[in-house]
Amino acid sequence: MTGLIIDALSMRFDLPNGGSVQALQDINLTIQKGELVSVLGPSGCGKTTLLNILAGFLAPTSGKVLLNGHPVTGPHPERGMVFQQGALFEWMNVRRNIDFGPRMKGMGQSDRDRITDHLLATVGLQDFGDKAVYELSGGMQQRVALARCLANDPDVILMDEPLGALDALTREKMQGLVLKLWKETGKTVILITHSVEEALLLGERLIVMAPRPGRIFKEYNLPFAERGVGADLRAVKRSDGFADTREEILTMIWGMEEEIMGRKEGAA
Amino acid sequence: MTLAALYIGIFVIAWIVTRALRRQRSDFTSLKTVTFGDESAVTPDRVASVLSLLAIFLIWGAFTGSRLTPLHVPGPFKGDLSFTYTATNATGTDDAVVHLLAHDFGATVEPPAVTPGDGFAKDDAGTVAAWRSVLVKPTANDGEAATITAINGQPITPDVPLFIDNARIVLTPKGSLNVEPAKGWQMEPIWLPAPEAVAARLKEIATKGYQNTSLWEHLAASLQRVLAGFALGAIVGIPLGYAMGLSGWFRGWFDPIVEFMRPVPPLALIPLIIIWFGIWETGKITLLFLAALWIMVIAARSGVSGVRLSKIHAAYSLGASKWQILRHVIIPNSLPDIFTGARVAMGVCWGTVVAAELVAAEKGAGMMIIAASKFQLTDIVVMGIILIGVIGYSIDILMRMAETWLVPWKGRG
Ligand SMILES: Nc1ncnc2c1ncn2[C@@H]1O[C@H](COP(=O)(O)OP(=O)(O)OP(=O)(O)O)[C@@H](O)[C@H]1O
Ligand SMILES: [Mg+2]
Repeated sequence: MTGLIIDALSMRFDLPNGGSVQALQDINLTIQKGELVSVLGPSGCGKTTLLNILAGFLAPTSGKVLLNGHPVTGPHPERGMVFQQGALFEWMNVRRNIDFGPRMKGMGQSDRDRITDHLLATVGLQDFGDKAVYELSGGMQQRVALARCLANDPDVILMDEPLGALDALTREKMQGLVLKLWKETGKTVILITHSVEEALLLGERLIVMAPRPGRIFKEYNLPFAERGVGADLRAVKRSDGFADTREEILTMIWGMEEEIMGRKEGAA
Repeated sequence: MTLAALYIGIFVIAWIVTRALRRQRSDFTSLKTVTFGDESAVTPDRVASVLSLLAIFLIWGAFTGSRLTPLHVPGPFKGDLSFTYTATNATGTDDAVVHLLAHDFGATVEPPAVTPGDGFAKDDAGTVAAWRSVLVKPTANDGEAATITAINGQPITPDVPLFIDNARIVLTPKGSLNVEPAKGWQMEPIWLPAPEAVAARLKEIATKGYQNTSLWEHLAASLQRVLAGFALGAIVGIPLGYAMGLSGWFRGWFDPIVEFMRPVPPLALIPLIIIWFGIWETGKITLLFLAALWIMVIAARSGVSGVRLSKIHAAYSLGASKWQILRHVIIPNSLPDIFTGARVAMGVCWGTVVAAELVAAEKGAGMMIIAASKFQLTDIVVMGIILIGVIGYSIDILMRMAETWLVPWKGRG
């Protein structure tokens, strides 16, 4: 079967002081090929931990992850990753960053050049191939990161707050780019964000997580991502239901935060 | 004290004058930004650097009576230092003149010719070198039992200094006069030679060599030792640092050694090195190897552990193997740290080699100055110190140029 299956996943971190943190508890999720899933939740609810397990950087305490029927046991180019910032290799120029994956696989120069030229055009950096990455703006760097991930033609793209460090305007442009890439490539995308608005725009499915223990709190199926493809994102934000859903989720997260604070005060 | 005040004075005056001269031009740019407290906006003012060197040169010249500088502090008195003394004996008193000539240090001059004059006190003659004193006994030719009772009309008593123009005179209990011409403010060449004397010495040694070895051979000997010691230290230290950054076993095994050796200054190892490896080339290169080793180990180790986890993760999920990650991520990522370490190590090695050559060497920059100091050839010592500083600074500049060329991404990750 194609798709990503997360089955009864739990993760507990043992702390050096003898205690432990239940970062994830009994996560079950099935994601079809080509779905765009956004994950939202208050800080510390285990979003990064979940993504790291999907990427294969962490082994879960219990439960398993299956991609296209195979268990995930470690990092693999079938699951690409886009980080918030600072994950580009600044000792390589833009082209070398983008064709890093194919190069490691031993692909020939001409094939790599074809892929890189195509991707540079896709992310709108045609004229920047020979630039050093530290000469680019933050938004351009994230374009390079997206292109680098796509160069490997992964089945699933995992993004941990990829736009978190960008200013509002750049961020909106990049949201459009993510939607475009998702639609054009038909890849499965799982995207973590702190912004409710971004989660609504960039998720056919939106998963809201709650902390302590980290768990799935609520799930939404949303129309906004589909509407946003190739359209004006600001118009989507003004469209039916967007504001209502945003308010609902914000209230929910506020509730969670208050619950956490209350529990902390109770403990003290 | 006076020197410090003078230096601060020059500093402040140079600053104020330069600012006043620049006033009209800086109006536009000074409006542009508020930069106080923004360290990155502080760039060295090159005019200040030039003035700083000039100030040191001027002070040096002023206090050594250099011909190259226009202003001098008063030098030692030179010229006619004659004074009149009053001698007393049983018959009464009589005056006579001591014709004393103060001359350049190191020059030989004839005492002025004198005629004895009338009375029982006869005129005398003598010479004295600048910065020195002379003992004269004017009563030696004045017959029996004459004693000096006054100088230039001022009464004098034994052991109480008396000042005439340009000299200090003390009457010894035995009736001699100790005459010391005014020393002024300038330094004796044996303490600090004038710049031109140092330059002349540099020219002489550059053409003729020192102690049968040319200047270039001396400097090359030191540089070769530094390069050999540094290269060995880097060849051993960098892989060791990588291993310590990548493997817990290596880290655990070598941590105590590295942390123990790190605070030991290389100079403290000299005695042991001499006992083990002898005083000559092997010992020196071993010393420099050790000086560079710990620095390079620590630099490589921190270069490895400084790599961002997300870079490693990204490389893994792009399909890189462990070796590919080492080669394409960890090593390039550590290069800026390694360069910083190399710069520090070169500086330490250069300082250590000079110190080691002070202990013993046949050639080398340090050997040159210690050998010269034994003969009180201060000009060679000063020249050597300047050369050592210039070379150390040049090494650092070269390393920095190599750094911007080879690791342009430094600090921009
Ligand atoms: N390596 C670790 N060792 C111990 N505890 C950890 C570790 N990694 C995460 N945790 C804990 O697990 C919990 C979830 O962390 P995680 O980083 O997944 O949260 P997050 O939802 O990504 O938060 P944020 O939104 O702030 O990035 C936190 O309480 C955190 O302290
Ligand atoms: Mg996180």
